[in-house]
Amino acid sequence: MAPLLEIKNLSLTFDGKKILNKLHFGFDAGKIYAIVGPNGAGKSTFSSVVMGLSDYREIEGDILFQGQSIRHESVDQRAQKGITLAWQEPARYEGVRMIDFVRAGAADPSDTRIKDALQQAGLDPERYWNRAVDKTLSGGERKKIELASILVMQPALVMLDEPDSGIDVDSLSRIFEAIKIFQRQGTTVVLITHSLTVLKQAEYAFLMCCGEIVDQGPIDKINPYFERKCLICPHKNQPEIYRI
Amino acid sequence: MKDLHQQAVLELYRHADQNVDVLNDAAVAHLIVHNNKVLGARLIDGLECDVEELSDGIKAALRVRANHVIAKPVQICFGLLPQKGIQRILMQIVIEKNAAVDIVAHCIFPNAVDIQHIMDANIRLNEGARYSYFEKHVHGQNGGIKVYPKAEVHLAPRSRFKTEFELIKGRVGEIHIDYQAHCDEESTLDMLARINGRGDDVITVREAGHLAGAHARGVLTSKIAVRDQARAEIFNKLTASAPYARGHVDCKEIVQDQGRAAAVPIVEVRHPKAHITHEAAIGSVDNKQLETLMSRGLSEDDAVELIINGLLR
Repeated sequence: MAPLLEIKNLSLTFDGKKILNKLHFGFDAGKIYAIVGPNGAGKSTFSSVVMGLSDYREIEGDILFQGQSIRHESVDQRAQKGITLAWQEPARYEGVRMIDFVRAGAADPSDTRIKDALQQAGLDPERYWNRAVDKTLSGGERKKIELASILVMQPALVMLDEPDSGIDVDSLSRIFEAIKIFQRQGTTVVLITHSLTVLKQAEYAFLMCCGEIVDQGPIDKINPYFERKCLICPHKNQPEIYRI
Repeated sequence: MKDLHQQAVLELYRHADQNVDVLNDAAVAHLIVHNNKVLGARLIDGLECDVEELSDGIKAALRVRANHVIAKPVQICFGLLPQKGIQRILMQIVIEKNAAVDIVAHCIFPNAVDIQHIMDANIRLNEGARYSYFEKHVHGQNGGIKVYPKAEVHLAPRSRFKTEFELIKGRVGEIHIDYQAHCDEESTLDMLARINGRGDDVITVREAGHLAGAHARGVLTSKIAVRDQARAEIFNKLTASAPYARGHVDCKEIVQDQGRAAAVPIVEVRHPKAHITHEAAIGSVDNKQLETLMSRGLSEDDAVELIINGLLR
C-alpha cells in the first residue's frame, strides 16, 4: 500500500543555500513518526514545506498525499485534504475567542465535541470558552488550545513542531495523551523535535542533519545515535561526515 | 400617533438586534429619538433630562445628581428610518460629584442614502464621578451617511470617563470623530473606537486627551479595518503636564484590498515625572495568523474575516 504522504526528491533553496536536499521518504497512515535533529537541521522548514506555507513553496521534487501531488495546492486546500500543522510558537489573535478559533476547523463543531477536545488537551472549557486567544495566554495554554483545535479537526496527518517547547511537565503528559488519541482515530502523527522525551513517543524516526535525512529506523535504532551524536552535534552542517 | 411612535421604536430596535423589552423595565431610564421627535423617555431617581425638539434634531441636557449611582445602564436610541435627512443632537451632560452612570446608545440609520448625523456633546464629570458611554452604530449597506461625533469632556479630580464607539455593522459612509478631553488629578480617561470600513468609506478619528493633573491616566485606542477602497486616518494625541501622569496611545489598523490607512499618534510630555507611550500597527493581516487558520481548512477570505472580527470585537 502506498504511503499516506510521499516526499519525492524534495529540495528547497534559499539565497543559493540548500535548506532541504533531495529528501525522499514517506509516512504510512495511522503511525507515529519523529523527525529529529539539531537546531537548524531543517525540520521545521520541512513541515512548513509540507503545509505549503507562503515562504516555502518554491521547491524541487514533489509531495504526494494519498497518491496525488499537492505541490501546487494552497494551505487551505492541503488542510481540507487532511494535513495540518501545529506551530512551535502558535499565533495569537487579538479579540478572537477560543471557541471561535477551535470551532473554525472542526469536523464536528458541536459544543460537546469541543468541550471533549478541550478537556483532552488539559483545558477547563468553562474557563477558556470565551477567552481571547491573545497575548494574555501563556505559551503552554496557547499550545493546548492549538492541540484542541487539531483534535476537533480530525486530520489524516498532523505535524507537531516542537510540541514540548515552552510547556510544563503536566502539560507535556497531556500532549502525549493527545498523540495517543490521534493514533486511535487513525491520524498519522509527525513529531518535529530535538527532544529525546518526545522522540520516544514515536514508532519510527528520521534523523535529519543540514536538510538531509542521514538515518532512519525504529526508535531503538535512532535514539542511541541521536543521543550520542546529535546533542553535541560536532557534525552540524557537515552531514556528509556522518552519513550512514 | 402613539402607534406610529411605537412602530418606529420597534423598527429601530429590530435593526439594532436589541430586545425592546428593556424599555419596559421601570428601573431602566431611556430616551428614544427618531429624527427630531422624542418617541419615548423615562427618567429614574437621580437622573434628570430636559429635551428640546429642534427643526433638525434635539437639544438635551442630562444630569446625574450628586451621589446617585444609576444601577442599570441608561438606554439611548437615535436614528432615522427614511433614506434622507439630517439629525443633529446637541447634548449637555453633567455627572455630579460621586455620581455614576453607564449609557448604552444605539444610532440606527438602516436605509441611509443621504443622511447626516451630527452629535455635539459637552460632558462634565465632577469630582469622583464615573461615566461610561457605549455607542453602537447600525448602518445600512448603501453608505449614504455622514457621521460627525464631536465631544468636549472635562474630568474633575478622581473622576472616570470611558467611551467606546462601535461601527461594525453595515457601511460606514463617512465618519469624522472629534473628541477632546481634559483630565484633572487622579482622573481616568479611556477612549476606544472600533470601525470597519469597506467600499469607499472614509474614516477620520481625532482624539485628544490632556493629562493635566497629577496621577491622571489616559488611554486612546483605535481599532480600524479598511477594505476595498476605504480610507482611514487616525490622529490621536495625548499630552501630559503633571507628575505621575501616565498615558498610552494604541492604534491598530488592518488594510485589505486597495484600502488605505494612516496613523499619526502624537505624544507630548511636559513634566519630567510624566510618562506616555504609543504603539501603532498598520498593515495586512499577519501571515502566521492567516496561515494557521488556513491550516485548519478555512479559506483565506474566511480566515481574514475571523481575524478582523476579532480585532474589532
